[in-house]
Amino acid sequence: MTVLALQGISKRFGALVANDDISLTLEAGEVLALLGENGAGKSTLMSILFGHYVADAGRIAVFGQPLAPGNPRAALAAGVGMVHQHFTLADNLSVLDNVMMGTEPLWQPFPRRAAARARLLEVAQRFGLGVAPDALIGSLSVGERQRVEILKALYRGARILILDEPTAVLTPQESEALFATLAQMVAQGLSIIFISHKLPEVLRVSHRVAVLRGGKLVAQARTGGTTQEQLAQWMVGHAVDAPARRPARRVGDAVCVLERVSTAARNPADNRDALRDASLTLRAGEIVAIAGVSGNGQVALAELLSGTRRAVTGSVRLMDRPLPAAPSKLVARGVARIPEDRHAVGVIGDLPVWENVVSERLRGDAFSRRLLPGLRWVRGAAARAHARRVEQAFDIRGAGLEAPARSLSGGNMQKLILGRTLLAPATAGGAPARASRLIVAHQPTWGLDIGAVAYVQQQLIDARDAGAAVLLISDDLDEVLALGDRVAVMHGGHIGEPRPATAWTREAIGLAMAGTPQRAAAPKAAA
Amino acid sequence: MRLERRHHSSRAALLLAPVGAVAFTLAVSALLVLWAGAPVGRTYALLLQGGFGSVFAWSETLTRAIPLILTGLSATVAFKARLFNIGAEGQLYAGALAAVAVGGLHGGSGFDAPLWLLFPLMMLAAALAGALLLLGPALMKTRLGVDEVVTTLLFNFIVLLAVGALLDGPMKDPSALGWPQSVALQDGLELGKLIAQTRVHTGLVWAAALALGVWLLFKYTVPGFHIRAVGANARAAAFAGVPVTRTVVGVAMLSGALAGLAGAIEVAGRTGYVTLDMSPGYGYTGIVIAMLAGLHPLGVLAAAVFVAGVLVGADTMSRAVGVPTYIADVIVATSLIAVLVATLLTQYRVRWK
Repeated sequence: MTVLALQGISKRFGALVANDDISLTLEAGEVLALLGENGAGKSTLMSILFGHYVADAGRIAVFGQPLAPGNPRAALAAGVGMVHQHFTLADNLSVLDNVMMGTEPLWQPFPRRAAARARLLEVAQRFGLGVAPDALIGSLSVGERQRVEILKALYRGARILILDEPTAVLTPQESEALFATLAQMVAQGLSIIFISHKLPEVLRVSHRVAVLRGGKLVAQARTGGTTQEQLAQWMVGHAVDAPARRPARRVGDAVCVLERVSTAARNPADNRDALRDASLTLRAGEIVAIAGVSGNGQVALAELLSGTRRAVTGSVRLMDRPLPAAPSKLVARGVARIPEDRHAVGVIGDLPVWENVVSERLRGDAFSRRLLPGLRWVRGAAARAHARRVEQAFDIRGAGLEAPARSLSGGNMQKLILGRTLLAPATAGGAPARASRLIVAHQPTWGLDIGAVAYVQQQLIDARDAGAAVLLISDDLDEVLALGDRVAVMHGGHIGEPRPATAWTREAIGLAMAGTPQRAAAPKAAA
Repeated sequence: MRLERRHHSSRAALLLAPVGAVAFTLAVSALLVLWAGAPVGRTYALLLQGGFGSVFAWSETLTRAIPLILTGLSATVAFKARLFNIGAEGQLYAGALAAVAVGGLHGGSGFDAPLWLLFPLMMLAAALAGALLLLGPALMKTRLGVDEVVTTLLFNFIVLLAVGALLDGPMKDPSALGWPQSVALQDGLELGKLIAQTRVHTGLVWAAALALGVWLLFKYTVPGFHIRAVGANARAAAFAGVPVTRTVVGVAMLSGALAGLAGAIEVAGRTGYVTLDMSPGYGYTGIVIAMLAGLHPLGVLAAAVFVAGVLVGADTMSRAVGVPTYIADVIVATSLIAVLVATLLTQYRVRWK
């Protein structure tokens, strides 16, 4: 039985065709994987289904009934539920409160909690989603929060569930639990649209795959009949080469040493976001990759080495000198920084591309000259020339140097950040610029398409081979294992002992990410 | 009804937006004119004539525009860095008072210093007074996270009461027959006239030069980049190495100094002494002007002349037809809202449900 039918959906934004005549169906008891790079049109399509956008053309039918366009309530009422990648839960309320929120009429004087609790427990039991109704959301792990999100949709009577990148924030074990839940849900006749760009898990959980590229539906296939290579080719439009994995060749001296460092949490209410007694040594010519469930101190580690957070106790040394506490001094000492959130922290979206390229070094003599004390005049020509060099060397494509940085796609924005931080300007004397000594990359490939991911990873490998010490902090376990020469796991603000990537199994990493003592996760001998 | 972001803002829309905003403003204000029982066409014609219709009208409009340019620049500099300085009114009075403190005829003669030294000292004192007045709120914002809108707004009342106390006390002119006003400036410190037989003074040149200076600062200097970066995205600016706190404090000093200069130039160019009614809200109107100008320093010049023209024209108009001068405030306020909405509509389209 067809539960959802999208027919000829088209949507344009100005000159951009986000969805071009897309027709898709979803059967009862089926997991359909929706695959596509960023900008392929997945989000637009789901937004149309949910009534956030109105399609320019096309029809949607749910359980055979036409769905009113542009009305989010209609989709919910028709039994379509969505679990967003970024959860929409109130931390200070209980599970039950979060699930009930918005389901009760406003004129009802008291919430019917007893009935709601019974219904929640009944739904939870039917689909094997164990929860404590009275636990505060703030006290739950990420995997548990996601379970609450799913329950929220099911509680509202969803028969069709859309999961947007559901495994992005989970440990491997949590992902396994999620897959088991999905199997139980489809066994009971629910239908699921699973949005992802991780090919192995798409092959694992879905019955059918639909691939979007450039707003068009380019392929549909039964999952059993496809391969990872085939799916990647459909997504990108051509064969994709992952960066060749080469082990570090010449590991040199220690570049950066953390000794028993603790930091304060940025938000006092959430003290997971801090380093506790963390030690780590980063050597030249080596990539150290940090795995971990997000919220275990990775942000603190990245900010500490980016100059935006200070150590409270312990010592941090950079090339045998104390680590300076200001970003501009770090840059001057050869630290290249790639922040986690490229939109909010990496670039200043309203300012033009060229200013963003030179922003880290604008105060240096290469890009400005001193007019009066405290007043430096920007060398516009030199700054633009350097921005043009970065644009060419890193293949930044967009509307040009004068366009606001926010107009760049995610991949091009990341190339801008890479270029800004890795390509130092030639010094005044014409001497070649010094290469980066330390690279701090926090989630450098998050949300990028396959081509851009390969590009960014290659840049990190090249920088390592040129002698830089690279710290890669990533939630993507595949990336950690593919790039890290040594891999360490963070949990609760501690950094575990880094071991060669080949000495880890996925199971061992998963256990370490969950905080299980290391001896329970005895590493397998190198393969 | 929902707003949907446009992927591209067309050039035509960007040019038409202010035109549409002015047309909308005139249409809305016409309803009020009709309500007052006056002919719309004649009322607007008189208003236009009174503001821009003769050399005299222009001279009055430009005279009124001088303090508005300066307070407009003060708001522009601050708002560009997202420091919402609502205190230009108080800073203006502080500047005016400081100017008289340095250059006034205290004891009948004033300080016995050469004018070439006294004049820059007077301007410096005014700028410093305005700057120091905003320093407190800026430090409270950067150190303690206190909202500067509240502190700067409240400072206005404190300053006005303090000025009132000083004008009735230590700074009172003994020869003013009991009126609360300060002593006059020394003769040589007053600004020269730009056009003979009118009130336009050389303060206009100062104001225009400062507008140009702020524009150069924004566009071509490192501190200017810091100001724009902090205003656009303080977190990203800090990551890139912009000294955010120092920039905010510097912006506060500059913004306060510009408002303080507005007071000094008003005293030196027009009134000659300080009274409690020397500013009919120039500090607040400066915010409107900065917004009308889209926070562009050169746009401030045009916006200030427009607002001044409407205010001056309304005086003439109300004498001829029975429409109160408050129509000027309505026009200025409506044009601000209309320009903000028009700007929004160049970036978003409206979807009707």
